[in-house]
Amino acid sequence: MNIGEILLNLWNDSGFAAIIAGFTSQGGWQNLVMIAFGCVLLYLAIVKKFEPLLLCGIAFGCILTNLPGAGLYHQELWNNFMNAEHEAYHSYGAILRDGGLLDIFYIGVKTSLYPCLIFMGVGAMTDFGPLLSNPKSLLLGAAAQLGVFVAFFAAVAMGFTGGEASAIGSIGGADGPTAIFVTSQLAPHLLGAIAVAAYSYMALIPLIQPPIMKLMTTPQQRAIKMVQTREVSKAEKIIFPIVVTIFVALLLPDTAALIGCLMLGNLLKETGVTDRLSDTMQNALMNIVTILLSTAVGSTMVGSNFLTGQTLAIVLLGVGAFILSTAGGLLGGVVMCKLTKGKVNPLIGSAGVSAVPMAARVANVEGQKANPSNFLLMHAMGPNVAGVIGSAIAAGFLLSIFGA
Amino acid sequence: MFLTDNPAPITLGEAGVYALLGYAVVFFGLILLMLVVIAIGKCFIAADKKRKAQAEPVVVAPVEEVAAPTAPGAAGDLKLHNVEPKIAAMLMAIVADKLGKPLNELRFLSIREVEE
Repeated sequence: MNIGEILLNLWNDSGFAAIIAGFTSQGGWQNLVMIAFGCVLLYLAIVKKFEPLLLCGIAFGCILTNLPGAGLYHQELWNNFMNAEHEAYHSYGAILRDGGLLDIFYIGVKTSLYPCLIFMGVGAMTDFGPLLSNPKSLLLGAAAQLGVFVAFFAAVAMGFTGGEASAIGSIGGADGPTAIFVTSQLAPHLLGAIAVAAYSYMALIPLIQPPIMKLMTTPQQRAIKMVQTREVSKAEKIIFPIVVTIFVALLLPDTAALIGCLMLGNLLKETGVTDRLSDTMQNALMNIVTILLSTAVGSTMVGSNFLTGQTLAIVLLGVGAFILSTAGGLLGGVVMCKLTKGKVNPLIGSAGVSAVPMAARVANVEGQKANPSNFLLMHAMGPNVAGVIGSAIAAGFLLSIFGA
Repeated sequence: MFLTDNPAPITLGEAGVYALLGYAVVFFGLILLMLVVIAIGKCFIAADKKRKAQAEPVVVAPVEEVAAPTAPGAAGDLKLHNVEPKIAAMLMAIVADKLGKPLNELRFLSIREVEE
């Protein structure tokens, strides 16, 4: 027995040796940078409370995937998976046979299972009552998709492919599951950067949106008090998810997965006879899928993929998309304010960027700053949930163009 | 599910057309949905009004109320000595019940508390 040889083998098998050996030639420094970046994300999630439920998992997945030698995630397997000339092309069997734990987690992202299940939970937690009582708020949800398409155009102008540009534009929808859904289909190599950008900007909504609100509206407009909307019956709330699913899925079949899951969750909430299922979707299922989704997304943040000029471009385009979507929603709100002769507070347009319910809360806070007796929350919830449907339709359009 | 590789670049002109078309499609879809929701809402409001109208009490001509004939007899005048009216009423009801006779067929002259 040669103890020295055993110790040497142990050292050679360790990640430390891998980092040192590949520090310059195999991108070992990139792994270290990514591990440090993961720690920064953990700090933001835990200390600054930036979307901690998702960012914690993403950050930890980032650390795990960049541990040399751990073999939890294999980028090369997924490259082969997408390579039409490789024998493992579109073979989940190859992933299951040769992949690590995070590769198996990632199958749920690749098959779009996790975003759809998250949407189911979102549906089970969403009250479409404000939207039903004021259907015109759907227009604000549409207006707030401006950033998606402007960012798409800008990304193409910067040299991204159509699929990549679509994925980048989806950040403007301010809807994490939708952005992940589109990216995992059209530009899986950008998933880490896009997910981090999308969730970071969503966490920064209270900082990003107020200056745009002040820029695009007058103090008088922000102070407008909106009248109470009508009460919506239970039957209406039950019929709504069924109608939306049939209608939107017929219009854009590529949205059927997202809209179907969103509305199934909502239907089970509203029926009143499936409380157990609704409760599971809102809590247990949502929590389990959030853990798997966030870790799987984090696992795609491999140093060699992430530390590129593209990531910086995505971060910039993402914030641009977010700002423009807010501006689009506000513009729609201003137009609606003028058309209704001051009955609509334009601030509720900013809530059209999804990010339920954060964007609606910000609109409410800004409304109260202009007029302390102003309560816009329920009025802003209409455009807010309309934004979820709007971003799903935008995603469906982009998938129908570039998914074929 | 989609499993796509889409490396084909698109021109700026194409991107502009896609962007405009996409935004228009989102508006078109949500405007149609808005019309559907408005239509459903109107149906429910109309149905609700109809239901309320049916549930409203039917206005009928006032009918002269005929007082029900009172039972013959009366308990007569009652003198209470150191007894609360409430307790007296209770006692009278108990006696009527024990005797199996209606209260108005009995005559109570006085009720007095017996002090030991």
